[in-house]
Amino acid sequence: MKTMKFFRAAVLSVAALAAGAAPALAAGGDGPKIKDVTWSFEGPLGRFDRAQLQRGWQIYAEVCASCHSMKYLRYGDLGRKGGPEFPADQVEAIAATFEVPDVGPDGQAITRPAIPTDALASPFPNRKAAEATLGAYPPDLSLITKKRTGFHGILTQMFKGTGGAEYVYALLTGYTEAPAGFKVPDGAHFNPYFKDFAIKMLAPLPEDRVTYQDGTKATTEQMALDITAFLAWAAEPKMEERKRAGLANIIFLSIFAVLLWFSTKKLWKPIKNGEDA
Amino acid sequence: MSGGHIPQEHYTPQSKAEKWLDHRLPVGGLMHHLNSFPTPKNLNWWWIFGGVLAVCLVVQIVTGIGLAMHYVAHVDHAFASVEHIMRDVIGGWWLRYVHANGASFFFIAVYLHIFRGLYYGSYKAPREILWIVGVLIYLLMMATAFMGYVLPWGQMSFWGAQVITGLFSAIPGVGKTIQAWLLGGPAVDQAALNRFFSLHYLLPFAIAGLVAVHIWALHHVGNNNPSGVSVRNTSVDSAKKDTVPFSPYYTVKDAFGIVIFLIIFAVFVFYMPNYLGHPDNYIEANSRVTPEHIVPEWYFLPFYAILRSIDNKLLGVLAMFASIGILAVLPWLDTSRVRSGAYRPSFRWFFWIFVVACIGLGYVGSKDPAIRLIEQSEEFKFRDPAKADEKLKEITTADKSAEAAIQISYHKEEDGESYMEYSVKHVHMAFTMKNLGQLLMIYYFAYFLLILPILGVRERARPRPDSIDADFQAKMAKKRKAAAPAAQPAE
Repeated sequence: MKTMKFFRAAVLSVAALAAGAAPALAAGGDGPKIKDVTWSFEGPLGRFDRAQLQRGWQIYAEVCASCHSMKYLRYGDLGRKGGPEFPADQVEAIAATFEVPDVGPDGQAITRPAIPTDALASPFPNRKAAEATLGAYPPDLSLITKKRTGFHGILTQMFKGTGGAEYVYALLTGYTEAPAGFKVPDGAHFNPYFKDFAIKMLAPLPEDRVTYQDGTKATTEQMALDITAFLAWAAEPKMEERKRAGLANIIFLSIFAVLLWFSTKKLWKPIKNGEDA
Repeated sequence: MSGGHIPQEHYTPQSKAEKWLDHRLPVGGLMHHLNSFPTPKNLNWWWIFGGVLAVCLVVQIVTGIGLAMHYVAHVDHAFASVEHIMRDVIGGWWLRYVHANGASFFFIAVYLHIFRGLYYGSYKAPREILWIVGVLIYLLMMATAFMGYVLPWGQMSFWGAQVITGLFSAIPGVGKTIQAWLLGGPAVDQAALNRFFSLHYLLPFAIAGLVAVHIWALHHVGNNNPSGVSVRNTSVDSAKKDTVPFSPYYTVKDAFGIVIFLIIFAVFVFYMPNYLGHPDNYIEANSRVTPEHIVPEWYFLPFYAILRSIDNKLLGVLAMFASIGILAVLPWLDTSRVRSGAYRPSFRWFFWIFVVACIGLGYVGSKDPAIRLIEQSEEFKFRDPAKADEKLKEITTADKSAEAAIQISYHKEEDGESYMEYSVKHVHMAFTMKNLGQLLMIYYFAYFLLILPILGVRERARPRPDSIDADFQAKMAKKRKAAAPAAQPAE
């Protein structure tokens, strides 16, 4: 009996202390092994793929936004350098399709079409409202690829990163049928990548869930890649600027180091030959 | 400056302006003293970290002041204000990543600086005060770093604060009162965040003050050096044979070391800025959700491992504080008169084992203490959860103190069929991560309390060089020989 995939979950139930008080069945923790994905934004010269980020935005707006907020993002960010880089007029048009709360001229609560400096409109006014409607709190997605991890271990994380994007991708493509005999709690769906193997979110990206304007075929995998790339950008919108600055800094420091090395050698030569300072 | 131990040429103001100033404020003399300070000429690369640390302190203060202009110390806004810095403030991401990684690199440098002192006996007479001031700086660094980590108000910030201030509640009688006094209330909340911000801004300046005292003490007793032999200080001329003026010889050499350090720092800041942090700190603090594993920043992990090695909370807390406090009395625990470890053949072994033990404690501190490294166990596998439950009950009924648990795993066959496996593990005997931590902790304390006191009396040290100059010339001769091996016939 050969197994293709072997998924391991961490132990939760600890020492059983007394008979009759045996711990209830529980699983969770690290979940299955997450597969590495090659992204355009990895590595010291990594850049985001603009078209992919634009497709990712489309998925967020058409699918995720009905439950998940992205409160640290502003509509204007969609036009900024290093992001999806929508043209300015398009950013304004996108913003205008969303309603944001405001205070009217007489002090009454109103909503108005958003402008680029507004933060992205949240689907629920607060956490409690979301929990009351959906039965669970859909996490804010602004930082999701930074607050989740796919890879563990000191060396693995050093060379492969923390794998937040890989985790999101694995989760979105990981929906499958529950094995016979496994009881999925009511209102939840089987997903081996989620804690306790059950997630409240319905598989969000069935084939052709969106229609891409650029003609890309909307398979589950394609949509998962696109939205994950978008979320990775949203979590770190200055990534491209940071990596560019890094290159300049390291080149400058390296030249400086070479000059200092030869200065040190020259300065110390007479001392090393036995002369007094 | 009162002359100090090492004789140095006196400063005589030359120009009229210098004379005028010197008469009123001897700042020229101070600068002259600092620049031309006689420094042993045989210092190796382990001596660059004093300069590196000075740079770290300045970097942290400068970036910290910048961050404080945009940060909001309020439980409802702190997390968002950090994201505002990352996204909207021009260069804000740079400020924050430099500051956050700067803290880590500050500790990397201070640990290398401390280990250098431990190896070359830099804590021995007459440098006890210099060493103790250093220990105080390290303590303040820890307090500052801990409070700084609370400010972003992420999950680890919040729960870390909960755990660390909770340590004080272990003190019998007054513990709870002390904890409430530290937090400014019954729980980690607005009052705690606000005062941590206030103190996080204050303490670096206290560190700067202590650094001045540290340098003052250094300039009174002079640098230690790899040979551990003192500078010949009978006259200016004899001192000159063993030393070079600090500037330019060590300013330029240190600058090279600092730039190399900055290159490594830049790799982290620009390419892996979150590697040394914890992903959970990108989740906003929530008092209703406890993270699965609460871990402190990496530089506290060895002490965290010691804390968790002892089941009794109070004893654990005492052991943790003792592990830091013991450094302050180290000058009187080490009975050897030989400063440099280079001439102590047995000491070197114990020292390197100590280094490994410290790193090992850090590793243990980062892991779940329940992890079994070696185990003797029985495993029963089921596909039916009811049967697994039955088996577990059977084991625990037979032996009430049995250590048994169920582990669930998901399997998928090649043909697409999938199943859950429920494995019941009955552990008979295990050596856990916690046990490893206990062993390493015992070595940590034994190093200071047994090994160093006994070794100093029993060990036969190798002969030391007559002077720093002799050590330096011997090393240079060896280097020249190594550089031109062809000139020497093979023995």
